[in-house]
Amino acid sequence: MGALLSRDLRLAMRAGGGFGLGLAFFLLLAVLVPLGVGPEGGTLGRIAPGILWVGALLACLLSLDRIFALDFEDGSLDLLATSPMPLEAVVAVKALAHWMVTGVPLTLVAPVLGVLLNLPVEGYGWLVLSLALGTPALSVIGAFGAALVVGVKRGGLLLSLLVLPLYVPTLIFGAEVVKRGAAGLEVAVPLLLLAGITLAAGALLPFAAAAAIRINLR
Amino acid sequence: MSIWEYANPKRFMQTSAWVLPWVAVLALACLVAGLIWGFFFTPDDFRQGSTVKIIYLHVPSAMMAINAWVMMLVTSLIWLVRRHHVSALAAKAAAPIGLTFTVIALVTGAFWGQPMWGTWWAWDPRLTSFLILTLFYLGYIALWQAVENPDTAADLTAVLCLVGSVFALLSRYAVLFWNQGLHQGASLSLDKEENVADVFWLPLLVCIAGFVLLFVALVLMRTRTEIRARRLQALLARERLA
Amino acid sequence: MELSVSDLAVARGGLRVLEGLSFRLAAGRALILRGPNGVGKTTLLRTLAGLQPPLVGQVSLPPEAIAYAAHADGLKAVLTVAENLEFWAAIHGTDRVGRALEEMNLVALRNRLAANLSAGQKRRLGLARLLVTGREMWLLDEPTVSLDAASVALFGGVVRAHLAAGGAALIATHIDLGLAEAEVLELGPYRAKSPAAGGARGDFDEVFG
Repeated sequence: MGALLSRDLRLAMRAGGGFGLGLAFFLLLAVLVPLGVGPEGGTLGRIAPGILWVGALLACLLSLDRIFALDFEDGSLDLLATSPMPLEAVVAVKALAHWMVTGVPLTLVAPVLGVLLNLPVEGYGWLVLSLALGTPALSVIGAFGAALVVGVKRGGLLLSLLVLPLYVPTLIFGAEVVKRGAAGLEVAVPLLLLAGITLAAGALLPFAAAAAIRINLR
Repeated sequence: MSIWEYANPKRFMQTSAWVLPWVAVLALACLVAGLIWGFFFTPDDFRQGSTVKIIYLHVPSAMMAINAWVMMLVTSLIWLVRRHHVSALAAKAAAPIGLTFTVIALVTGAFWGQPMWGTWWAWDPRLTSFLILTLFYLGYIALWQAVENPDTAADLTAVLCLVGSVFALLSRYAVLFWNQGLHQGASLSLDKEENVADVFWLPLLVCIAGFVLLFVALVLMRTRTEIRARRLQALLARERLA
Repeated sequence: MELSVSDLAVARGGLRVLEGLSFRLAAGRALILRGPNGVGKTTLLRTLAGLQPPLVGQVSLPPEAIAYAAHADGLKAVLTVAENLEFWAAIHGTDRVGRALEEMNLVALRNRLAANLSAGQKRRLGLARLLVTGREMWLLDEPTVSLDAASVALFGGVVRAHLAAGGAALIATHIDLGLAEAEVLELGPYRAKSPAAGGARGDFDEVFG
């Protein structure tokens, strides 16, 4: 398992593209939104939690199709499926690798972009915490979507259509944490629900994704 | 004789050919009776005026939008467990119908909401949930179309339907959490029977029956088409192989 | 260890391509699959590898004993030769990278990126993965594609050594690997009969009279 994780991380580092692109996209969004909405600090501060969460979600979406498609094209997925490693574990490890190269950097730069968007001071801690808790769910749900479309040529747009509705609960609870945190309100309920989604998705979706991959390899 | 015999495509074709006209006629009768009764022979509501009569389209289509997804969930499960092709094809056939009902519910809701709430669209939890349901339908239909091998497509869409159902339910509660909404506080809540007088309720029941029958008729018709298309595909593939 | 297949039928894209196939392959033996393009060699190998279920029939060898080498080698262009093999060694829990590099004559290339290998060198690396898995039953799908004569002879030697060590190999190939002792299985006679000729019919055929 460690071998697969380190291979995927090494591939992401050497091949580039993946996570650098996601970060650049996230930055672009934080620059473009004030240009579109106007410079007024109060408005920006009010919409910042939502913008940052939507931005992180879309940035995460950019690299989803690489989770399995590359391994499918070069035959590695066939070989992994016949290897001693259970396919469920393959999915979980690859989702983890995806999170480490997208979710973690997004979480780390989010406070900087929060400054650009006038996020109230009280919100920064909750922003980082909610992204740290929520982005693993984005990667696991995304891995499930990527597993569904792994056999489809040019499945990128289809993948977005399948995955975005599945992201709704994560987005709602994640943004709610930051919104409430920034307003100085109680955040325990959405925070626990967000953590619950991440745990449940991490525990269950690898099985569904592995089933989808087996179907696609047939 | 077991009910699963109807899952045999040939048996299904024979039975549905016999049942379909009856269901279709019954659906038409209920819809004509229910809608005419509802539109022309019920009094105007003292607060909402005649706009309230859109419930005869809005409520049944909203119900069927959800029921269609539930039916797809059940047929997907049957396909995954018992591998009956008719079941998978019925799920495929139901999706565009469910999508249409969802869109009808949204559009009629907008027509009703405009005079009542003064806006065509509000991010009310129920409206939002239906919008999200639309996305689920679109994704499901798109996956069916994108995957070439029909059995692979049936398997993948069934898995999507199972996982999607869980997330759709989760979204429903997430949306409730996110906004308490207008619907519950509106002057006429259809969830609470006591708020709807019998004069409105009875034609509404007839309309609901009409929509259910219409759904059954459309699903039967589309499933028959899918079975024929599937058989055609099998014959063509065999020809190419020979 | 013995691979035994009885009354197997396999399908490609929902269509039955081979049926009534029975054979045994004991340790130390090699079996060459022959047959025209499209007869179902790849489908058969994928079925035996456990990647797709058979339509009917049994395969007695568990997939855990099988190392499958497909057309695609599963190489990562941005990893070096050694890194590619080390990954598969770690996945399979073995440490045979050094030996595999030697046997496939890749030692000199060990630190080169897979992207910079020639087609034949890539193929050799892909075949070296078989040695790294430590599994006994090799299922090889046209292993000699893009190999030159010397490499074919080299690989023939590797297969012979594998057989001598108690392994077995099922090889779909048209090229003579120099395995004098290998038996040949001609797949033509097992081609699925068309329904018109009295063969079994697909789901959507059989139910319409």
